[in-house]
Amino acid sequence: MVSTISRQVENLQGIGEAFGLAWQLVLTGDAALVEIVALSLQVSLTATALACLIGLPLGAIVATLRFRGREAVLILMNALMGLPPVVIGLLVYLYLSRSGPLGFLGLLYTPAAMILAQTILITPIVAALSRQVIEDLHVEYDEQFRSLCLSRGQTMRALIWDARYSLLTVGLAGFGRAVAEVGAVMIVGGNIDHLTRVMTTAIALETSKGDLPLALALGIILLVLALGVNAAVQSVRLTATRQAYV
Amino acid sequence: MSDLADRTVLRGRDIPAVARPARAPVLPLTLRGVTLQLAGQTILDGLDLDLGTRGCTVIMGPNGTGKSLLLKLLHGLILPTSGQIRWGALSPAEVTARQSLVFQKPMLLRRSVAANLDFVLQARGKDRGRRDALLDHVGLRHKSDQPARQLSGGEAQRLAMARALATDPDVLLMDEPTASLDPASTLAIETIMAEARDSGIRVILVTHDVGQARRMADDVVFLHRGRITEHREAPGFFARPDTEAARDFLQGNLVL
Ligand SMILES: Nc1ncnc2c1ncn2[C@@H]1O[C@H](COP(=O)(O)OP(=O)(O)OP(=O)(O)O)[C@@H](O)[C@H]1O
Ligand SMILES: [Mg+2]
Repeated sequence: MVSTISRQVENLQGIGEAFGLAWQLVLTGDAALVEIVALSLQVSLTATALACLIGLPLGAIVATLRFRGREAVLILMNALMGLPPVVIGLLVYLYLSRSGPLGFLGLLYTPAAMILAQTILITPIVAALSRQVIEDLHVEYDEQFRSLCLSRGQTMRALIWDARYSLLTVGLAGFGRAVAEVGAVMIVGGNIDHLTRVMTTAIALETSKGDLPLALALGIILLVLALGVNAAVQSVRLTATRQAYV
Repeated sequence: MSDLADRTVLRGRDIPAVARPARAPVLPLTLRGVTLQLAGQTILDGLDLDLGTRGCTVIMGPNGTGKSLLLKLLHGLILPTSGQIRWGALSPAEVTARQSLVFQKPMLLRRSVAANLDFVLQARGKDRGRRDALLDHVGLRHKSDQPARQLSGGEAQRLAMARALATDPDVLLMDEPTASLDPASTLAIETIMAEARDSGIRVILVTHDVGQARRMADDVVFLHRGRITEHREAPGFFARPDTEAARDFLQGNLVL
């Protein structure tokens, strides 16, 4: 792998030239680049939104309600958090492939399939992390809320709202994981040009093809995005601390 | 009723605007053989207690003797291991709903001062227009927009009191509301408590502050090692406590 890359770099007369071209692509807003980035964001933001829509209430329910089988749900949530993305990709592929149970939907190799895979990938993360966040808060608020005779729904909504900063960072963590993931979207999306090519799969492909400038340009954007997510998490934490909301 | 009116006149104060004007008569409270065991330990041991329907009862006793847990029992937050707590014929859920408990460590929501009250008013189906009056009542109107968690200890206690009053309680249970407060904040809290009492709210106050107990109490319950060792009218208790423990406590001696 390393030797292939170095050979390709020689072909381009040095890594410096590749970087130069990459920056040019980024700065001029190259059409192919923009298309790939836009699809990436669209897929991962949608997946994050869906994961929050499912994972947040799920986390809140497990955090606040005592029911039979709760321990099992907790273990399952934590186990699902560690699922390897390729395995999720494979499972989604099997379901969506023509002979699979959901084959009739014709979703394989569409952005929808990638959204599905990423949603499955990060929902357990969002659920498990929000469960932790909300449960900690619940322990703190429980007596006061029982004293105020709040209903379960009121309690849950209040907990979610009061944990809003922490939950925002949970969402950001989910997005970071989704947008950086390669294996699952490669399998279910197929990395089809103009259709399902996202940043990570494009980087993998362009690197192996030898188009280092495009791969590097995407790499730069992905890196900036990752750093941006991190910075956002930090600033959310800072704001929350400053306002004494954590 | 005339007793209440007299007291209001005597103190030269009108019934506060935030209190409910007409309230149902408060029910007498009865404890019979109330025992509480936690983690295998008997914390409260066979309490018998009859509390009247008006005024302020002060509960005193050394640290760790079970005063906070007694308030939670009265409030219906925890159930006794054995024995009975009756508040008229009210069900436990009704008991909690008709009382407010200000905890020893008040828990404020991670929102603004005003939003803390909005939340309770809305959750309990009360008129949200009362929020500013409540804030005025506890002198926190000018802090409306500040995050509640940034309030000083005294301000936080006053917000907790405003929240407690927001639900129109028949009974106000207060757990050391002025511990670690300066004299001015203490006076502010005592004034709010006195106004609540004068408006007909039954006040039950846990305090270590003997001066405060003298100022507030109509009757005193003295708890010692999980038992009620005295329950008497305030003047008699302060003049001549029956038990040595209470006597030592009042004189500021170490009570073990
Ligand atoms: N959940 C619990 N499990 C076991 N023991 C408990 C629990 N809560 C309180 N206790 C114990 O019960 C005893 C009484 O506690 P409580 O808080 O009622 O004391 P207190 O009279 O309010 O004391 P203080 O004056 O310090 O506030 C203490 O010894 C405490 O350690
Ligand atoms: Mg206590």
